[in-house]
This record gives sequence, C-alpha cells and structure tokens, in this order.
Amino acid sequence: MAEIIQDEKVKGGKKRAKKHAPHIDMTPMVDLMCLLITFFMLTTAFSKAKVMEIVLPEKLKDPDQKAPAVVGSRTVNIILGPDNKIFWYPASVKPEEFNNNPPILPPLNETDFSATGIRLLLLERNRTLARKIADFNDQVVSGKIVLSPDSVRSSISQLKKVDDTGPIVLIKAYKEAKYGNFVDILDEMNICGIAVFMFVDITWYEEKMVETAMGTAPATTASAN
Amino acid sequence: MTPMVDLFSVVLTFLMLTTTMRQPEPATVDTPFSISEKPTLDFNTMTFLISVDEKVFINMDNGPDTLLKFRPKILAEVGKNYGIEFTVEEQREFEKYPSSIGIPILKMKEFLNTKDNKVRDEMQEGIPIDSADNQLAMWILCARTVNPNIQASLKGDSKTPFPVVKKVLDILQEKNVNRFNLITSLEAAKINLEEIQQ
Repeated sequence: MAEIIQDEKVKGGKKRAKKHAPHIDMTPMVDLMCLLITFFMLTTAFSKAKVMEIVLPEKLKDPDQKAPAVVGSRTVNIILGPDNKIFWYPASVKPEEFNNNPPILPPLNETDFSATGIRLLLLERNRTLARKIADFNDQVVSGKIVLSPDSVRSSISQLKKVDDTGPIVLIKAYKEAKYGNFVDILDEMNICGIAVFMFVDITWYEEKMVETAMGTAPATTASAN
Repeated sequence: MTPMVDLFSVVLTFLMLTTTMRQPEPATVDTPFSISEKPTLDFNTMTFLISVDEKVFINMDNGPDTLLKFRPKILAEVGKNYGIEFTVEEQREFEKYPSSIGIPILKMKEFLNTKDNKVRDEMQEGIPIDSADNQLAMWILCARTVNPNIQASLKGDSKTPFPVVKKVLDILQEKNVNRFNLITSLEAAKINLEEIQQ
C-alpha cells in the first residue's frame, strides 16, 4: 500500500548493503478495524420492528349514547382465557338469563391458537370472504391485476366492507390473559380476513362462564358488577 | 493483506453509514409475533413500554427535526402541571436520554441530575398509572399538546398480564387516542386454501 522508496545514493566508493524498503506495520490498524466492524455488526438493528395497527371504538362518554347493536346470529364471542386457552360461544346472550339463581350458563367451547383451532373455526365461518380475498391476492401475485400496494390494501378493505356473510367477532379478555394472546388473536383476525371484529370489555357472567369452564369455582372473586 | 484491509474499510464504512443504534431499554421485552409488515414510524411517536412486571415506561422522539426539541418541551409542560420547574441543563439531559423513561415526576429532577447509568437504571420504577395519581395521563396529554401529530405505539412483552395493558389502553382512550400501533416481530403465516374449502 504505502511504500516509501528511498533514493539510494551511493556515497563515496563504499557500497552499502541494499536496504529493504521500510513497510508500515498495518496490523494494529487491521485489529482496530476488526473491532469496529464487530461492534457495529452487533449494535446495528438490521430488521426494523413491525407494527400492527388497531383502532378501538371510541369510549361512550354520553350516557344517552348506546353501543351499536349487533346481529346475534352472526356473532362469535371469543374470550381469551388463562394459559393460552381460548373460549368461544356463538350468538349473543341476554344478561337477564343469568340473573336466575343459580344462573343458567351456556357451555363454552375451548380451543387454542393453533392452525386447527381458532383459525379453522374462523375460516369456516368466514369462508366466502376469505375465498374472495385469497382469489384477489392470487390474481395480484400472478400478475393478472397490476396495482400498487396501497390500492391492493384498499381493495381488500373494500371487499371486507361490502361483505355481509362473515362473522362479527367480539373479543374479550379474561383477567388472567396475557398481552401476547391479545396480539395473537388480532393477528388471527388479519390472517382470516375477518371484516368486523371488536374488542370489548368482558362481562361478569362471561367471567363466571370461564371460571366454570376452568373448573375453578368462584369462591371469593364472584362479584356481580 | 492490502485487499483484506480494503474490504474491511468498505464493510466498516457501510456499517457506519447504515447503522441505527439499537437502543437499550430499561426492561427487556420480547415482543409478540404478527404477520403485519408495516414498519415502525421514525418520528412523531410516543411508545409505551409495558414490562412483564407491570411497569410502564414512556418514550417519545424529538420530532422530524431535532431543532423542534419535542422531548424537553413535553417535560417542561408536564413539570408545569406538577409545579416543578426544570432547568435548561435538566431539559437537555432529558433530551439526550436515549431510552424509555419510567420515573415518577417527583423523582425526575433527582434522576436527571444522577450521572451514573447504573443508579439511573435502578431508579426506573415505572410511571404511576393509578387513578389517584395518574401521571401517564398527564404525559399523554402534554405530549399531544406539544406535538399534535404524535401517534401512540404499544410495546409489551408477550407475557405481560393483560389487565395492565387494558389499563394503559383505557387511559389512552380517555385522552381520545383510539388508534394504536402494536409493536410486533414479523412472523410468516400461511393460509391453506384447502382449509377454507373444508
């Protein structure tokens, strides 16, 4: 790299032994560079974290305002339980039914986060819409439709908007659920292309239903509010 | 050796130019997985870090231009609401602090005047979110006053108990923030058409 060539002057008649051209020792520089490269490689965050966007319904602040009513026959209630369990029951329930003593609690179905669990259940109920979305995606991938990613996204949301056959999913979290479950279930909604899903507060009778299903009889925690 | 040194220089230059430093967080958090491919925003975000032991930390950025100095402005605004005045040095210290902050506002002065990073980390006890002393709500309010374009992101560990997340969501909703970004790691997921056809 850097060699300094010295003029070799012949002095007098005395012949000197030919000197080696002096080399710059590069080993420390290489060492330092190795260190720096290692440091940068370890501290660099190559893959940026991803975000999942969710929009929650606005809180009802006006007491006269009422939550929008949902069609009972299309409703699926999903309750995130402890230990990564999911409980679900179809249709809506009337709180009056639970005021009997003892309350009549409908049985909960138990499932899990595997591909044959909640995903199969949701896909089955959302078959028409999921087909449409999958077909549309196929056409985009195979190049039959050429669209920018933004318009692909808006076309899919348009498909979801006009759909009126898919389930309306109400997501509720039991107090022992974990944050990971919440993200997982929202992820399932995206995977299955569910058009309408909402995150709502769990009601006291649903908590009771979970406790019954878990086999932990509510001894002290049963509060009726 | 010369070609090797040349190559090293190129790699080193590349890394130095492309690097974005991984920020040390006051609590280690394993984010859950999702299929979402949307990248995180660079600016105008306030991130709520919720650790497994239910501590809440907040982090915001200085805005697209560092001259905007959103961080010290938000701190001054929060301080004003609690009757605490922060000096210019303290504000600068807050501006520079690279990571999330989980300090009750009354201990903030002490925290900013501490020089030792180890002592600082030990002081991070989480921002109070009780209804009696809801400092998180104040942070959100002030952040939104200073920077109206700010967006909320949530970064939680997959094992964080849900009730505390719900509480943070409720506080955000009280302040009319209804749109959130949940920070996740990417995971590939496939749907079989056969599954649908069954």
